[in-house]
Amino acid sequence: MSEFVFFFRASDAAQREAMGTPERAQQSMQKWLAWTRELEAGGHLKSGGLPLERDGRVVRGKDVVVTDGPYVEVKDLVAGFIVIEARDIAQAVELSKGCPMLAGGGSVEIRPVIAHMT
Amino acid sequence: MELEAHLFRRESARLVAALTRVFGVHNLALAEDVVQDAFCRALEVWRTRGVPDNPSAWLTATAKHRALDVMRRERTARTFAPELARLLDDELVEEAFAPHTIRDEQLRMMFSCAHARLPEEARIALILNLLCGFGASEIASALLTGRAAIEKRIARGKKVLASARTLFDLDDAELGARQPTVQRALYVLFNEGYHGASESPVRVELCAEAIQLAALLGEHPRTATPATHALGALMCLHAARLPARMDETGVPIALADQDRARWDARLVAEGLALLERSASGHDVTTYHLESAIAALHASARTLDETDWSTIVTLYDRAMAIAPSPVIALNRAIAIAQRDGPEHGIDAIDAIVDRERLARYPFLPAALGELELRRGNRIAARAHLRNALVLARSDAERRFLEKRLRACE
Repeated sequence: MSEFVFFFRASDAAQREAMGTPERAQQSMQKWLAWTRELEAGGHLKSGGLPLERDGRVVRGKDVVVTDGPYVEVKDLVAGFIVIEARDIAQAVELSKGCPMLAGGGSVEIRPVIAHMT
Repeated sequence: MELEAHLFRRESARLVAALTRVFGVHNLALAEDVVQDAFCRALEVWRTRGVPDNPSAWLTATAKHRALDVMRRERTARTFAPELARLLDDELVEEAFAPHTIRDEQLRMMFSCAHARLPEEARIALILNLLCGFGASEIASALLTGRAAIEKRIARGKKVLASARTLFDLDDAELGARQPTVQRALYVLFNEGYHGASESPVRVELCAEAIQLAALLGEHPRTATPATHALGALMCLHAARLPARMDETGVPIALADQDRARWDARLVAEGLALLERSASGHDVTTYHLESAIAALHASARTLDETDWSTIVTLYDRAMAIAPSPVIALNRAIAIAQRDGPEHGIDAIDAIVDRERLARYPFLPAALGELELRRGNRIAARAHLRNALVLARSDAERRFLEKRLRACE
């Protein structure tokens, strides 16, 4: 088994769309909880991860350019992450397909965690 | 931790009311923004950390912090400056979120929505939107109108609301004039829950919401009128029958086939007590008549033991106060119970503005039932098939299909 990190990316507008009315907020939340519960039941949820603040900084290049992140420019933000355990990246991708964020036009970035070298 | 059903709907109404007190009605859009922001924050945090033990307290705290943030940031901005300097005080914000303040603000919000400059449908749409957390499409289905029209009405309504600085004062002389709209909005809300046109035939949570808001009216000395009590009574008495109204698969059960042992005795008692309180004035409103009818149903042990002739009389009086083809249809059904199906069919044929019910599935459904009862299976089938075409939800369709099979 290997570990993977799922980064949830969505635009601020998509987040607001998902939570726009109480009815939709309820539905979105329920979908998320159902999906994570499913991952947990399958023994894939290694860690619930942590939620992330919307703003942040990105430091780039040798000129040390500090920006308020790629989020504003590409209208994209990383809202949080979880750690998943899966056989391989193919299975991790398969597991990510149930993520409710995808239905709202968001994306899940799947990154393998380098295993401890023994 | 499971997500409580309709958590966001309930919280939305409470938080918008509290934040309106903080920001003023003219900043209603800002209050709604802050609530939405708290919801987004919940999505971000809860999906990784799980739902907190007290989600309602979590959302309140988040909205409170956000409100203070907004005020700090906007302090210098011209639109907010004078009142925000005063408001930027944790104690005042605390006060706005105290449970008793939220209750009063919700009441004031209800009456603010019943603004004289708005047409009645817009007032009802606003109450459903701001106090019940209904989206435009849900309101459209409850009011049998298009979504675009409702959106326009809500937007206009909010603009009218924003022209005031504060919410409606409950000591205002205009309170009496606004009361009927508020009551009517709650009636529409309850009705949508009791037998909505939308996906599910019974939505208990909407009924509960309506009962709760009606109780809010019933508790305040200025709004606790006989009509308010009668409205509360009719809601309790109808809600009492909800547990027996659907089978395990979600298909409605006709009154004749309901297991009356499953009616909620506590709600019946509460409804009867409210009905008694409603008798203190001189006015007889449609709510009085409708709750009296509901009381007769609730206290009858069987369909046949029901006092149909008193029910017909009550419907006659309801027609005299506020004639409507829906009341006329119900009256016709009561007549059929009292005098036989032929008389019921005649009464349906005699409904004055029947064409207004052209899209209402229960008109042909009632004709179908009555034809079946007098042994005319072919006509019964034809009517039920017409009803089936008009069915608004899957459950209604399945109910009508079941009735259609009874005609075979």
